[in-house]
Amino acid sequence: MANPQKGSPSEQAPFSARALHWVDQRFPASSTWKAHLSEYYAPKNFNYWYAFGSLALLVLVIQIVTGIFLVMHYKPDSNLAFASVEYIMRDVPWGWLIRYMHSTGASAFFIVVYLHMVRGLLYGSYRKPRELVWLFGVAIFLCLMAEAFFGYLLPWGQMSYWGAQVIVNLFGAIPFIGPDLSLWIRGDYVVSDATLNRFFSFHVIAIPLVLLGLVVAHIVALHEVGSNNPDGVEIKEKKDENGIPLDGIPFHPYYTVHDVFVAAVFLIVFSAVLFFAPEMGGYFLEANNFVPANPLKTPPHIAPVWYFTPFYSILRATTSEFVYALEAGVVAYVALIALKTRWSGFAKIATIVIGALIIIGMLVFDAKFWGVVLMGTSVLILGGLPWLDRSPVKSIRYRPAWHMYVYIVFFVVFLILGYLGVNPPNETRNLIAQVCTFLYFGFFLLMPWWSTMGSFQPVPERVTYRPH
Amino acid sequence: MKLLKKLIAAVILVPAFALAAEASFPLDQAPDRTDNLASLQRGARLFVNYCLNCHSASSMRYNRLRDIGLTEDQIKNNLLFATDKVGSLMTIAMQPKDAKAWFGTPPPDLSVIARAKASEAGSGADWLYTYLRTFYQDDSRPTGWNNMVFPNVGMPHVLWELQGIQVPQYVEEKSLGEGGGETEKKFVGFKKVRDGTMSPLEYDNAVADLVSYLQWMSEPSAHTRKRLGVWVLLFLGAFMVLAWRLNASYWKDIK
Repeated sequence: MANPQKGSPSEQAPFSARALHWVDQRFPASSTWKAHLSEYYAPKNFNYWYAFGSLALLVLVIQIVTGIFLVMHYKPDSNLAFASVEYIMRDVPWGWLIRYMHSTGASAFFIVVYLHMVRGLLYGSYRKPRELVWLFGVAIFLCLMAEAFFGYLLPWGQMSYWGAQVIVNLFGAIPFIGPDLSLWIRGDYVVSDATLNRFFSFHVIAIPLVLLGLVVAHIVALHEVGSNNPDGVEIKEKKDENGIPLDGIPFHPYYTVHDVFVAAVFLIVFSAVLFFAPEMGGYFLEANNFVPANPLKTPPHIAPVWYFTPFYSILRATTSEFVYALEAGVVAYVALIALKTRWSGFAKIATIVIGALIIIGMLVFDAKFWGVVLMGTSVLILGGLPWLDRSPVKSIRYRPAWHMYVYIVFFVVFLILGYLGVNPPNETRNLIAQVCTFLYFGFFLLMPWWSTMGSFQPVPERVTYRPH
Repeated sequence: MKLLKKLIAAVILVPAFALAAEASFPLDQAPDRTDNLASLQRGARLFVNYCLNCHSASSMRYNRLRDIGLTEDQIKNNLLFATDKVGSLMTIAMQPKDAKAWFGTPPPDLSVIARAKASEAGSGADWLYTYLRTFYQDDSRPTGWNNMVFPNVGMPHVLWELQGIQVPQYVEEKSLGEGGGETEKKFVGFKKVRDGTMSPLEYDNAVADLVSYLQWMSEPSAHTRKRLGVWVLLFLGAFMVLAWRLNASYWKDIK
């Protein structure tokens, strides 16, 4: 920490140096700057996949700043909300720009975060010692979903209204407490002014507070253990005489200039959408949401916004016939654990009991409930990755080549589920969604087995880096 | 980068699952005249005279029409019927309750109608352009009118004096469906039973102007948005080059 005798600048030192010294004696300004930027050593072999973290931070800032200005003009009242959005679009100076930044930013946030997660998957960034970094990240993703869901009601268009209605009704599928729970969430028997007001409160206060706290925790945890890299090599294991990792470079200025460049590229894409296709063909702003909410008129096709559709597809795929397939899946998985693991007898018996309870539950409660369970699990299961992945190496670079195809199949399955969720269901689409649901969960639940199979390449001692 | 290419290839495969959109009346493509001030002004006049009695545009202010080249005096003298303040919103005197009794459903507000009617079948402008040209006489309806794009619509053909009166023509055709043998009616065009004050070409032209106005009104800042966008992209392009060179000059030290 700051030493008042040793580091104290002379009388002739410039005012800025003396001012900084004054602050440092009272607040860890310089030391925090050093710990997290100028002397935070990041591996020098980051590629462009590593840009999405700081881009997510950029989008977060865009959302918060534009959100502050939107709240100045928006009216969270079911009689005024729709018109107040159009008021922002027409009468508030630059209101249209602020609003489009916010609506485009919502979708951009998910694109950036999904790519950030893909990076984590490919390079095993969730593996020891980064489990908490990953878990904070999953919590951020959950917050982001909640934030987007609450925010989507605010324009009070038909899609806002009926989307919220459908999702809140899902809670009604929970046995025993469901109907009361969904009533409690809505604050009314249908989505109404009461719902709009509480969603507004969650969207502008509650969730952003939690989100910001989690972002800080995510970064603090990351800086405690240090960043992973495309080789999955721990750079802290090879240090020079000063204790600086040999393959590490200061985050500032090297990665700040890197991220400024990436931010410029991102903003070009972002602005191209914002200024020339803010509706993005109905994916970012849906046509039906330009019709004011009407509780008496259900639209023929209600679909969530694109970033929720993979999970929504899993919900919709869970029909009563599909529950039989799920039961078979549970039996097979329990058998796999009982026969193919070295767990203790007690753990195996516990697994069989849990499996039996799930199957009994599937016979007792209706498919809608299990759809909700599957949808929730499909998000939460991401948190299990650090313990599901048993591969001896972190990075895809040193894994068997066919592992890459497993990941590609998983990503394609995710995209297909997303595509199906945007469109109205029919028999063929349901079947595809059901197959994809199995593949989606199979990817995670079978990971303890498949991630150990194949021949792994030796991981180098030092990171691979080509000067550029 | 190799990974990225593989992922992009995977994304391209997805549309292979795309299925055909449901059949409905095919939409004609509306001419885009949103940058033609004369068209927009003609459209505004049609809008105020024919639409703004039953339909409101309650997000739109009269004086915003300055954006399409009208002066406040021109707006006041030619377009201001329901109010005397040029800064007023385009509201109407008809009560929603009365409207429901008269038409079965209150006529929707038209502020953003051109954005609301977009679908896979076409843009909102395409929908409006086709809708306003496919009203036909149908004595089975309470208003005496029906529509190809919006079957059993509550709205009567307000522009009939301009277009005239038309009835649809069908031919019987053997259906190719599962049953076979059964015949179905296939729409082949309209027959004029009474001429309007406009020729068909003039009418299409007038509707195109009206639809362009509706499209402009649904987002009056659209033109500014695109114009500003060009400058923003130019700036960001230049900024990107600088950021790229700055990045390179730092990174040349890293061996």
